[in-house]
Formats: sequence, C-alpha cells, structure tokens
Amino acid sequence: MAYVAIADQVQELHDPTTFIRKYIWSQDHKVIAIQYGITATAVGLLALVLSGLMRLQLGFPDTFSFIDPVNYYQFITMHGMIMVIYLLTALFLGGFGNYLIPLQLGARDMVFPYMNMLSYWIYLLAVLVLVASFFIPGGPTGAGWTLYPPQAILPGTPGADGGILLMLVSLIIFIVAFTMGGLNYVTTVLQARTRGMTLMRMPLTVWGIFTATDLGLLAFPALLVSGVMMTLDRVLGTSFFMPAVVSMGEQLDYAGGSPVLFQHLFWFFGHPEVYIVALPAFGIVSDLLSTHARKNIFGYRMMVWAIVAIGGLSFVVWAHHMYVSGMNPYFGFFFATTTLIIAIPTAIKVYNWTLTLWRGNIHLRVPMLFAIGFIFTFVHGGLTGLFLGNVIVDIPLSDTYFVVGHFHMVMGVAPLMVVFGAIYHWYPKMTGKMFNETLGKIHFWVTFLGTYFIYLPMHYLGFLGVPRRYFALGNTEFLPDSVQSLNASITVSALIVGSVQLIFLYNLISSLFKGKPAGPNPWGATTLEWQTPDTPPTHGNWGPALPGCYRWAYDYSVPGAEWDFLPQNFPPEGATIDSDGIVRSTDGTPA
Amino acid sequence: MAYEAVTNTGETLAVAETHGWNSVISDWSADKQTFGVPWGKAMMWIFLLSDIFIFSCFLIGYMSVRIATTEPWPDTSEVFAMTIAGQHIPLLLIAIMTFILISSSGTMAMAVNFGYRRDKKKTAALMLATAAFGAAFVGMQAFEWTKLIVEEGVRPWGNPMGAPQFGSSFFMITGFHGAHVTAGVIYLLVVAKRVITGFYDRKGSYETVEITGLYWHFVDLVWVFIFALFYLW
Ligand code: HEM
Ligand SMILES: [Cu+2]
Repeated sequence: MAYVAIADQVQELHDPTTFIRKYIWSQDHKVIAIQYGITATAVGLLALVLSGLMRLQLGFPDTFSFIDPVNYYQFITMHGMIMVIYLLTALFLGGFGNYLIPLQLGARDMVFPYMNMLSYWIYLLAVLVLVASFFIPGGPTGAGWTLYPPQAILPGTPGADGGILLMLVSLIIFIVAFTMGGLNYVTTVLQARTRGMTLMRMPLTVWGIFTATDLGLLAFPALLVSGVMMTLDRVLGTSFFMPAVVSMGEQLDYAGGSPVLFQHLFWFFGHPEVYIVALPAFGIVSDLLSTHARKNIFGYRMMVWAIVAIGGLSFVVWAHHMYVSGMNPYFGFFFATTTLIIAIPTAIKVYNWTLTLWRGNIHLRVPMLFAIGFIFTFVHGGLTGLFLGNVIVDIPLSDTYFVVGHFHMVMGVAPLMVVFGAIYHWYPKMTGKMFNETLGKIHFWVTFLGTYFIYLPMHYLGFLGVPRRYFALGNTEFLPDSVQSLNASITVSALIVGSVQLIFLYNLISSLFKGKPAGPNPWGATTLEWQTPDTPPTHGNWGPALPGCYRWAYDYSVPGAEWDFLPQNFPPEGATIDSDGIVRSTDGTPA
Repeated sequence: MAYEAVTNTGETLAVAETHGWNSVISDWSADKQTFGVPWGKAMMWIFLLSDIFIFSCFLIGYMSVRIATTEPWPDTSEVFAMTIAGQHIPLLLIAIMTFILISSSGTMAMAVNFGYRRDKKKTAALMLATAAFGAAFVGMQAFEWTKLIVEEGVRPWGNPMGAPQFGSSFFMITGFHGAHVTAGVIYLLVVAKRVITGFYDRKGSYETVEITGLYWHFVDLVWVFIFALFYLW
C-alpha cells in the first residue's frame, strides 16, 4: 500500500481567533505547555512553602506554635507528593515535553491536539482535588508520600477521614491526565517527525522525554492499581493491604491482607518515577552543555543507548527501597545487584557530559551555569545512592537524614537545576525576550551553593542517626548538641534558597515587559525550534513548509565550516546563516 | 516493506524493499515515522501496552493476596456452579460468557475484513452483532454479581465461604474488566454509526474499524487470563 507519511500530507490549520480559543481552551501544544508550566510552578511554590514551614520547626523547635506534629506530617506528605508528581513530572513531560517535542522534531503539533488539551484540564482537576484536601475537616493526609498501609488509612494518622481519599482520587485523576498526554508524546515522536529526522538524529532532549514518557506509561499502572485497591480498603472495608489490626485497643474488621504487596506495587511505580524525572533532565542537560560549550555532545549514540538502558533497568530495581520491609533477604541480593548495574550507564553519561565540556569553548551564561550545577549535584546524589543500594550499608542508614540528603540531591536539586537551566535557555524562544543575566546569575549562585549548605550536613546528621520524618528530636541522648545548631543553620540556608526563587519569578515576569528582544536564535543553537519563522512560534509552528532535517543536532564548531554551528536544517548543498542564526538558502529565502 | 512517500516539496521517495531483521532496522531508522501505520493505530497499540500493565498489576495483586490470606479460599467451581433442571453444573455461566465473548472476537474480525472491502452494510451489521455480544456478556455478568450478592451473601469485605479477599478481588477485577467491555460496546456503537452514515467513505479509510477491533480483541484476551487465573485456579 502506498503510504504517504502524515507529516507530508497537506494540513489544514484552523487558526484559533477568539481569546478563549487561543489562550485558554487551546489545542496548541505551546499554549498547553505553558499552562502546564504555570500550574506546576504554582503548586510547586506551595510545596516550597511547606518545606520552609517544616524547616522552621526542625531548626527552631518549640518556637512556632502553629506547627504541631499533625501539621508536620501533613506538610511532609504534601510537600513530597507535590514535588515529585505534580511539579517535576508535570513540568518535564507536560511542560517541556509539550513545548519541545513538536518543535524539535519539525512537527506542527502533537498528533491528537484535542486529547492533549484534555490532558491539561484533567491535570488541573487533579491539582485542585489535591489542594482541596487542605480545606476539609481533618486536613490532608499525613501518611508520608509513600502512603504505606496499614497506617495510611487508620484513625490516628492525620487526614485518615478525608485527606487520604482526596489524595488517592487526585492521583488516579493525575494518571488519567498523564496517560492522555503521554500517548500523544510517544506517538508524536514515533510517527510525526519531519523529513530527514530519523530517531538517531533526534536531540537528546527528545530522547530523554520520550523514554521517560514510556516509563510513565508502564509504571503509573502500578500506582493506579495500588491506589484503587487502597481506596477500596478505605471505603468498602476490603483487606487487600490490611492485615488483622488492633488499633487503639480495638480489633478492626480487617484481616489477611498484605501490606508488603502495597510496597511492591508502590515502588514498582516509584523507582521508574525517579527516572521519569531524571531522564528528561539528562536529555535537556546534554543539549544545554553542547550548545553553550560550542561542542558536539560526546558519544551521542552511547548517550541514547544509556538513556534506553537506564529506562529498561529502572523496572528491575524497585525493591532496593524495601530492604528493611522484612522481605526475603535473597531478594535484597538480587535488587542490590541490579541497582549497581544501573550505575554503569549512568556513569557513562556523566563521563560524556564531562568530556563534552573538555576543551569546549565554554560560555558561562545562565543556562550553562545551571547545567554544570546539575553535573555536580547529580554526581553527588548518585554517589550516595551507591551506598544506599547495598543492603548492608542501607540497613543502618535507611530512615535517617542520610536518605533525605541523598534523594534531595539526586531527584530534587539535580532535576530542578535542569528545570531552571531549561527555562532560562528556552525563555527567549517562548517569549521573544531576553531575561536579566545578572539576576539569573544571582539566582544560580545562591541556589547552587545554598543547596550544599542545606543537604551536605544532612548526610552527616544521618550518620549520627537523626531519624527521618520526625517532628522533634526530644531527649535523644545519643545525639550530640551540635545536631541542633546544624539544624538551625540548615533552616536558615533553606529559607534563603527559598526566598531567592522569588528573584527568579520576578526575573521571568519583569523580562516579559522590560527584556530586550532576543531574536530567533540567541544562543546559536542547532535544533529546529530555533529556526521557526516567528519568535515566539505561532500556531502551526512553521509557516507554509516544514523544515527538513539533514544532520544531527550537534554540529558545533565543525572544522572548515564558515559558522560555528550548523542547524539541523542546514542543507548539504550549502546555504547561509544570517545574523539572527536562521538558515537561508543562498537566494535569501528561508531554507 | 516497500512504499513510496511524497515529501512536502513534491519529490517521491522510494523506500527499498527489505525483509526480516533488515525491515525492522529500516523501520526504526526511517525518518518521519517508525511504523507504517496511522497515528490512531500506533496510539492504540501503546495504550494497550499500558493497559496490559494495569491488568497485570490487578492479577498479580489478586494472586498475591490469595497466597497471603490466612483463611481458605472458596472453591470457585462450587461458587460459580448452577443448578439447572436438577443438574449441578460447575462454571456453567462463566463457560457461556467466555464462549460469547470469544465469538464476539470472531464477528469483530469479520467486520474489520468487510471494512477494508468497503462493504458498509456488512461492516456495520457485524459491528452491531459484536456490540450485542458484548452487551450480553455484561448482562450476564450483572446477573452473576446479583446472584453472588443476593443468594450467596458475597460482599467486597467478606463472604460466608472463606477468605474475604475472594469477594474483594472478584468484584474489583471483573468490575474493571466489565467496565472495559461496556466502554467497548459504546465505542463499537459510535463507530458503527459512523460506518452507516458513510463517515469513513468520505474520510477514505476504514482504519478506525480496525482500531476498534484492536481494543475489542484485547478485552477478550484479558478475559481469558481472568478466566484462567480467577475461575479455574
Ligand atoms: C528548598 C528546597 C527543599 C527543602 C528545604 C526541602 C525540605 C524537606 C524537608 C524538611 C523534608 C522532611 C524531612 C523529614 O522530616 O524527614 C522533606 C521531605 C521530602 N522532600 Fe523536600 N525539600 C526541598 C525540595 C524538594 C524537592 C525539589 C523535591 C523533589 C523531589 C523534594 C522531595 C521530597 C520528598 C519526596 C520528601 C519525603 C517526604 C516523606 O518523607 O514522605 N523536596 N523535604
Ligand atoms: Cu529506587
């Protein structure tokens, strides 16, 4: 059957005209991306405030009467869940995925724009349901972001009345939203690339987002199922996860369920989730490093295979979160082995990033600073991960502040570094304006150094045995007094780092009005999104003809070339690159 | 797979004929699209992959609580037996339901076939037959639920025959599958209506019928696993 690739079919574009169609009820992937981005940032700020409140309590116990143990547990739970799912997952996939996939692949939009739009609105509903739990009697759940039963649904845990239900319902809604978006991203990457854009020419950003979305489509089912089962346990009194329990002197009606089953299901989702957040960061940071070092990425193919290998392996390591759950010790042996195997492709990536910088023509602009900051924080968090991956080292360290330090470094700070870098990097394309460099640099240095002041001491606290998820330490005699002063200093750093994010937001908003016009390709980058005829790109992205793709995304400083970068649509027969960084055929028309 | 593609600059690209592993490689290294199928079909395959994981988690969860629970598991062939004209026949209703669902896969496959031949009437008729089989399946399931709840006293949180997880898993898994069948029936009706009104003739392709078929076959296939793991174990 003769088959005309859909990217080649003449497309009718219905340009939206009304304000609502254009900016609110919009099917344009770029608008949806920004909607995702704004919502995720808003709810992320809430999570940031919650962490500040927790830090106040830990740094200065007995000072703030409005934080009691019940609140503390609610804050910790909402903070963790929002950061991991509603901020980072939504921002990387719904935000950057939506914005960059069609643009970097030379497509006009996602394959099913209507479904893409629904994905955002359902995500917003999930966020609203989650936030609503602050306003119901009993408040949000305080079960910890891992929601382990039996305690998550038993009276005595904060929010056991309604909070836990809203949490579970919100997660289920989120998964529906993610699936609608995720199917779109994957299908767009597989089926809607422009001519010449083979899989092995895709920018690593797209590879990272694509693989992470695949992981999401296969891992969120486990969370969905455990959420459904726990909802049934809570509402209908089934006993999937509930053993026979005596609670507050009363024998409850539960019997015979398996709490460890929940842990398996949760972490079968939870570990891939770490990579759902990390792989887009890996991809994006590769592009930032290469662009701002004016050098091709070292070992492109290796980078792609490492992303895919890490994605695959991430499904067989989940029980390293369960070494202390009482499961069979031989399991621990197996999962420690697979965990350490993941370190190989991960280390390859770190070497390749470093080698990309090696002898590069490094421009220390704000996105580059954040990209380099990522390498530091990620290596740091990755190394402590090797400790925790070993059963015998993990047992004394688990549930201490060492773990808190580790996961904040590896999946909190490191991906956020990339989020910041990426926002600065693509801000000129999304708005047409340049941000304020000085404010950006202040933002970077305070955040980067500040996170070290926050999280390095936490590792030491963990060695001393300070437990995780404690409202106050009380009379713990084995802890030296210095623990308290360290905690106070961590809190001060956290508050500084938290407040400097306001500078970042100020920069983004004020540059919208006051920023200098950025031009279409301010960084001299090679990927296709910088070649759009309009900046910011308009509906349909490309004007009458789609760009072709003739090369990989990393032709920087090609020997003998007239320019220090050759965009992906620079044809083999030659063309010129104008002062805006746009490829023109020799007669001056757009390539 | 050889095909010709017209680019948006008007050139015709001939893509070489390849076989075996080479065709896999050439698919994956192609530009524009990895698989020579329409977007909707690719998306349905990916969705089904995700759905496989959902059903697997349900079934694995069920199997593991069945092993973990402290009380004996009810004897399914007794629970699901029916007495007809004084004859005690184990698993009778389920056998009929399974037979109906598998037959519906047959009518669906025929509908897809006639769709590609652009035979509007037969396609629509066979799709309606498929939907009718599906509706019959859901109806019998409702009957089975009623019988368990009213006559045998099975509840999600407990039952007189043994482990409470029996009822919990039963209602959860068959309920989730039944919801899939119900959604499939609605989906079939919508597509069948479009077949009748000539929507796909105007569009020039009956691929949506095949996509519906993919979903329907998947729901049947899942039922075989539920049947084997829940009723026969
Ligand atoms: C300035 C930034 C942040 C600060 C000051 C902060 C602070 C905290 C604090 C104090 C806790 C409670 C630890 C305990 O009592 O055991 C916590 C837990 C947690 N944080 Fe953060 N955090 C920050 C950013 C992030 C980010 C970006 C993430 C995203 C991955 C994140 C994920 C988590 C998770 C998953 C938990 C565990 C919650 C639980 O135990 O249930 N945090 N954080
Ligand atoms: Cu893990």
